[in-house]
Amino acid sequence: MGAMVQPLYKGKRSRLDKPELLAPAGNLEKLKFAVRYGADAVYIGGQKYGLRSNADNFTFEEMKEGVEFAAKYGAKVFVAANIYAHNEDIEGIEEYLRNLHAAGIAAIIAADPAIIEVAQRAVPELEVHLSTQQSTLNWQAVQFWKEEGLPRVVLGRETSLQEIAEIKKHVDIEIEAFIHGAMCSSFSGRCVLSNHFTDRDSNRGGCCQSCRWKYDLFEEAPEESSAPASFKPGITGIPLFQKQDHAFSMGSKDLCMLEHIPDLIEAGIDSFKIEGRMKSVHYVATVVNVYRQAIDAYMADPDHYVLKPEWVDELNKAANRPLNTGFFYDTPDHEDHIYEPEEKAAPYDFAGLVKDYQVDTGMAMIQQRNYFKPGDEIEFFGPEGTFFKQTVGVIQDEHGLELDAARHPLQHIMMKVDQAVKPYDMMRIQRK
Amino acid sequence: MTHTPELLAPAGSLEEAQAYLKAGANALLVGEDRYGMRLPGSMNLDHIAQTVELAHRQGAKLYVSLNNLMTNELLEELPHYVKQLGRIGVDAVEFNDPSVLKAVKTCAPDIRLHWNAEMTSTNFSTSNYWGRKGAARVILARELNMDEITEMKPSLQIEAQVQVHGMTNIYHSKRQLVKSYMAHQGRPVDGDSLGKERGLFLVEAERAEEKFPIYEDINGTHIMSSDDICILEDLHVLLEAGLDSLKVETLLKSVSYNEVVLHTFRQAIDTYYTDPEHYEFQEAWMERIRSVQDPERELSFGFFYKEQVY
Repeated sequence: MGAMVQPLYKGKRSRLDKPELLAPAGNLEKLKFAVRYGADAVYIGGQKYGLRSNADNFTFEEMKEGVEFAAKYGAKVFVAANIYAHNEDIEGIEEYLRNLHAAGIAAIIAADPAIIEVAQRAVPELEVHLSTQQSTLNWQAVQFWKEEGLPRVVLGRETSLQEIAEIKKHVDIEIEAFIHGAMCSSFSGRCVLSNHFTDRDSNRGGCCQSCRWKYDLFEEAPEESSAPASFKPGITGIPLFQKQDHAFSMGSKDLCMLEHIPDLIEAGIDSFKIEGRMKSVHYVATVVNVYRQAIDAYMADPDHYVLKPEWVDELNKAANRPLNTGFFYDTPDHEDHIYEPEEKAAPYDFAGLVKDYQVDTGMAMIQQRNYFKPGDEIEFFGPEGTFFKQTVGVIQDEHGLELDAARHPLQHIMMKVDQAVKPYDMMRIQRK
Repeated sequence: MTHTPELLAPAGSLEEAQAYLKAGANALLVGEDRYGMRLPGSMNLDHIAQTVELAHRQGAKLYVSLNNLMTNELLEELPHYVKQLGRIGVDAVEFNDPSVLKAVKTCAPDIRLHWNAEMTSTNFSTSNYWGRKGAARVILARELNMDEITEMKPSLQIEAQVQVHGMTNIYHSKRQLVKSYMAHQGRPVDGDSLGKERGLFLVEAERAEEKFPIYEDINGTHIMSSDDICILEDLHVLLEAGLDSLKVETLLKSVSYNEVVLHTFRQAIDTYYTDPEHYEFQEAWMERIRSVQDPERELSFGFFYKEQVY
């Protein structure tokens, strides 16, 4: 079962003494970085029953390795098994869940009772967390799942902070909520745009993100009008846009609650979930790093907690969409959706990864992840608050041969660094 | 096979209820937008009570939609509302949220429960799970195909309902997406409705022939399919499989259109049960529906014969 009920924190917390920082991990490397940068738990996808059928997804062997790595840092590994199953998916659930348990997975995140019940019967040691796909928004629904034996519910993203606090007041259960990342603009699970547009089943991992496509909005022409406005062969309607207008879209800005950590903690949210199993290792490390620092700072001294502007700067270096606060304070309006052309690249690139560092010479071995060259302004960041900027000086390959640029992915580059670095530190460069 | 499936139609008013019963429906779904979802009209308790009376006089069943995604706020009203539904004698309520399960069990245990989780009611095991929690019927997701439906029927411990005609919801958000878009454009919404009666629709660039109705109500934004399911040609497959309830979705259609559709399905069902072995689909039935069909909306088999990937 979940963590013990702890003494109230500031008169409010009733479950986990300190909120868990839960990070996505699309593959083994991302898992290691998420853990190393401070995640208390990570969630991953296996080969089946998850909602990211296009992601790398873990084999049982990789899960085992990930669990062992995480355990060294006291972190847990959860597996998303959050599809809405069809008949053909039922057979095989039990074997799959047994394998997850054997690999050391601490919990599954599931939406469908067809999966939840098998887990409880066949592998009772495996915790079941109710997925956000169930769109659970009220305390009685949460109570229901508690009575069904679930130690944790991931709420629907439509719940406000006030509603979350009410839920925590009524039900003694762990509450997990998304605090950062991309969001479905629909109620989770209540969208089959993908099924209709591309025959890809969104509730089994096939979502093609049709909500972020562009649409034209019309209204029906009145029947009595003699010449209905026609814009396309076969279809009549009055356009509700002008040529220069942006198109209609359902796409939402991304969630970011960094500036509201005290509110999240005081509402009693037990697990702070970051979205993004498809996101890059640079993204995961950056976001986890920032939230880790903010949570730790608050917990260390809530009364004197202040948001550091550099945390916000850091987050923006990895963001590729504008950010907002979702439903936590109010229902999103026109400023919370994206109508402009989408998907700008994040302003910074992951340039290299520190593999080794010689104290006596001040030389670091960097594994190349993106193009950089002498003279470039770069910055290093790492777990536990490592951060500094410098200019790239002379760079050499492993054999001491001087290079004019680091061009080759994964090539090992030797360069002098201004401050001590350590493996898992990352080097990033501003995109030009 | 001994039992005849019911023919179910949502009604938005007493007049619609009357018309649909006359056209051949023998079960009606009504409700109030606050607790239900995507109803052709929102009815208060008085009107629901009158509709119950009307339906029962004609030997028909009356169901009430309570399948909204409930909030803490709604929980406070729910027990009272459910008690009233019990008092006026509704036969069943549709639910998705576990809070409704509890309210019905404690406040009106005689009301049957129909589990309707929209696009997420996708397998027999979960249906039976909700059956053990008290549901008497599952409303199957419209995204299931014919094989999935007919194969799961024998494994179901509860009744099953399938939509046989009309549009389906393909997206539901709590956000006011049309209003937001209008505000973004600087186009005043003024008193203009963004609701069902406005006739708003979306067109996606690569699907210029398809109109996706969109509307807003107190439950957010709803986007509907660009096609209308019509399984009439293969109705016998569902009848042979022993489905318990066949639903004609009446949402966003005129009463006269719905009357024609219901009447046609009633005729087909009755023809089948008069002599199942010699039943033959009649092209004239389909012609009748085509004659009232909006030419800009395709009549399709929905997902009945589609292979989906993921």
